[in-house]
Amino acid sequence: MTQHPFVALTDSDREEMLEAIGVGTVDELFNELPEAVRLGRELDLEAALSEQEVFEHVAGLAQRNADASRELSFLGAGMYDHYVPAVVDAILQRGELLTAYTPYQPEMSQGILQAIFEYQTAICELTGMDVSNASGYDGTSVAADACYVAKHTTGRGKVVVTEATNPQVRQVVKTYAAGFGLEVVEVPHRDGTTDPDELERAATDAAAVIIQQPNFFGCLEPAPDLVAAAAEAGALPVAHVDLLSLGVLEAPGRYGAALALGEGQAAGNFTSFGGPHYGFLAAREEFIRRMPGRIVGETVDAAGERGYVLTLQTREQHIRREKATSNITTNQTLLALGGLVYLTWLGPQGLRELGETCLSLAAYAKQRLEERAGVKAVFAEQATFKEFAVHVGRNAREVVAAARERGVHPGYALGRDYQGMDDVLLVAVTERRTPEEIDRLADVLAEVTG
Amino acid sequence: MKLIYERSQAGRRASALPRYEQLPSPPELPEDLRRHEPPRLPEVPEFELVRHFTELSTRNFGVDTGFYPLGSCTMKYNPRINERLAALPGFARLHPLQEEDGAQGALELMWRLQEILAEVTGLDAVSLQPAAGSQGELTGLLLVRAYFAARGESEQRRKVVIPDTAHGTNPASVTMAGYELTPVRTDARGNIDVDDLRGKVDEHTAALMLTNPSTLGLFDENIEEIGRIFHGAGALMYYDGANLNAVCGISRPGDMGFDIVHINLHKTFSQPHGGGGPGGGPIAVRHLLEPFLPVPAVVRRGEGSFGLDYDRPQTIGKVRGYTGPFGVFVRSYAYLRMWGPRLREMSETAVLNANYVLARLKEAYDLPFDRLCMHEFVLSARTLKREHGCTALDVAKRVMDYGFHPPTIYFPLIVPEALMIEPTETEAKETLDAFCDAMLAIAREAAEQPELLKEAPHHRPVSRLDEVRAAKRPVVKYGFGEQQAADEGESRVAAAAEAPKGA
Repeated sequence: MTQHPFVALTDSDREEMLEAIGVGTVDELFNELPEAVRLGRELDLEAALSEQEVFEHVAGLAQRNADASRELSFLGAGMYDHYVPAVVDAILQRGELLTAYTPYQPEMSQGILQAIFEYQTAICELTGMDVSNASGYDGTSVAADACYVAKHTTGRGKVVVTEATNPQVRQVVKTYAAGFGLEVVEVPHRDGTTDPDELERAATDAAAVIIQQPNFFGCLEPAPDLVAAAAEAGALPVAHVDLLSLGVLEAPGRYGAALALGEGQAAGNFTSFGGPHYGFLAAREEFIRRMPGRIVGETVDAAGERGYVLTLQTREQHIRREKATSNITTNQTLLALGGLVYLTWLGPQGLRELGETCLSLAAYAKQRLEERAGVKAVFAEQATFKEFAVHVGRNAREVVAAARERGVHPGYALGRDYQGMDDVLLVAVTERRTPEEIDRLADVLAEVTG
Repeated sequence: MKLIYERSQAGRRASALPRYEQLPSPPELPEDLRRHEPPRLPEVPEFELVRHFTELSTRNFGVDTGFYPLGSCTMKYNPRINERLAALPGFARLHPLQEEDGAQGALELMWRLQEILAEVTGLDAVSLQPAAGSQGELTGLLLVRAYFAARGESEQRRKVVIPDTAHGTNPASVTMAGYELTPVRTDARGNIDVDDLRGKVDEHTAALMLTNPSTLGLFDENIEEIGRIFHGAGALMYYDGANLNAVCGISRPGDMGFDIVHINLHKTFSQPHGGGGPGGGPIAVRHLLEPFLPVPAVVRRGEGSFGLDYDRPQTIGKVRGYTGPFGVFVRSYAYLRMWGPRLREMSETAVLNANYVLARLKEAYDLPFDRLCMHEFVLSARTLKREHGCTALDVAKRVMDYGFHPPTIYFPLIVPEALMIEPTETEAKETLDAFCDAMLAIAREAAEQPELLKEAPHHRPVSRLDEVRAAKRPVVKYGFGEQQAADEGESRVAAAAEAPKGA
């Protein structure tokens, strides 16, 4: 057999090594495996491919997807087609960062550790919080993590989630809650947002209340009132937020949230069919020793020079084992680093401009769709950020299919998650959509809804 | 070096955004929802940004930089083709909520990966959804719960058995899944103590969680008997796939008797670890657990059409958004296709490399279990500590001076002063020899010049860092000049915490 490109040993290497070990063959190294548990045949897999062959095959699969470079896409609903600058790719492809493990040995890992420290700082600045972890898996699992923090902080047995929170998040919270022994209660929306009084009643005896700002329909919740209602009931207010909205929308720490978290994809990562991305999780200082996951702290070396280490590790599974604050070890460091590079690229000015551009484009889109396509905003009274819901007058999934035949993906059919919303389309507009493209969406919707 | 925030100058920026002149100005936001103080993000031009992060990268060590025998982490070469493929627009810019007919290539890739993982693990059905090994563990335990709930045994079966050699994630996952931990001892040969086990497995046992080969790098010789004990008591067996790199094509978890397996795509199947993630933790299960797998399932609908199936009434639900970390699947799929049935050669080489390094080092360090190893092995610096005052931590720090990443230390917990070494299959004999020479030299230095170890590392960007201080007075974000004054006069504590440093 030809030498495999990922293996260095030659036949003569193998012979020398076997001799040093004191065995005659490689098979003898496996002598301790009971006969009954050995496979005893070749794996039933297709023959090995060369790099060129695997490229052609996998690139062929990629060709069969209708990605946002092939369809004019207004699909959002939690994952957004924001522009990712080239500097993100360039930094994330540095082998020293890309191919390192978790920074257990700080003297080998100052680059990653400092980057995480800078990331934690950026997340705290954006959210108005005191402490951020080094990332969680995604915007769903960090919400479940927050429930675990809240359970141990309050000793209470249920969590409240608004119905206007991303269905993906709600589903994951429910799955984890089964293990945590928590009941999950959902509070319905009223005309696109959540009623604070209704939320406060539901929050009685709750460990946490999870709200989303902007919510899944794109509407701006009365977030300060909701947070106050949760706190009034003695529950930890948890705000699920869009990082890229925080140049124009208030930091959740400033209106009283105990924890702020969310999906980091929009900030610096491609949609990539759902991952890998990063979830961010930040909290007020009082929760620092209950935080799940890695946290990087500043210290000094033997010469008094500043340096960075993984810290507060007595929270973690490798020390505390069954009493740990979480089982997480591998997180999403590289993608969080992408987030840091992206946020650095934007800077405070860029972040605000991006938010304003999204606001303007979405307002323009709402107006054009109503004028030219004759569709009607569903929650016309509510302020929105970069996404909004419209009635399309027929089954929205059919509208999506018809529009896609014309090369436009018009948005997310809310009937996929919400009863009674079969004719509602959720339209997302990022800075990548030009006014001309929005006009095209309006024309296509006019055709397919008419 | 400076933090990016310390390079910041008001008024600079790296980004220019498109401006659409014909747009109306943005609508006014309600006063109580509007941001009042801008976040203090860095203000740097693009080139400063690139310089800063490039400098950070030079202060980091990856497997691309050099040998990285971090036990239980399988630090193998990560082929560059993986990166090219994951970045193709057809994948990178594909939205996870795209309609099925617009995502056929992605769905086919996932389905094919599932088929390969089922064959490699010897099990029937796969869910790719979990984001990492520990999430795979939690998912597996939630499947166990759902399975026993469906049988009306959820009140009765409350216990999960875990050996004392297990990764910390196992007991942490047990608690998160609402189970109670039953620890079991390791015997004198490094296997599970079967006598101890027999007394602990009964009708209250839900499952066993086991890594095989174990974190000692030893294949459990009694695995068949262990299977009889658990299945005889009506319990399930969970396989922690962290060490799968030892046995691909040689012995499959399903054939060993396991019912649930998680696979660490970032260890065995070459997803680069990115300094702490991303990972991928798919789980493979027997038919009897398939109805409980997360939704949506990726299915083939006949005649080359693929889809997402949500119609699984007994599902545990979702553990992660959408269908999992897709970019990781692209990389691992490409990698697996480049091995095909030759995966056996991958594992054989990993085991050969480990045994060779073991053979060269076992005279100079303590070997707690004198057996052939699998893909990794555990030494102890116990004698060095007793005779020369040099700990496993000191050895690890000195390894850095020779240009290698240290092994995992202080894990597994049952071996004092543990040094856990995993060379992987991708290293050349010359590299292994250079590492062995360094380890042998360090053992001599411990006797002759112990301060060389105790003061190591000498050639890294920083010298030994004070971890105790970091934990006592946590500084977890930049203070923007507000906290430096308070730091003056703080005394430094030299001792570093002896915490496990590895997988």
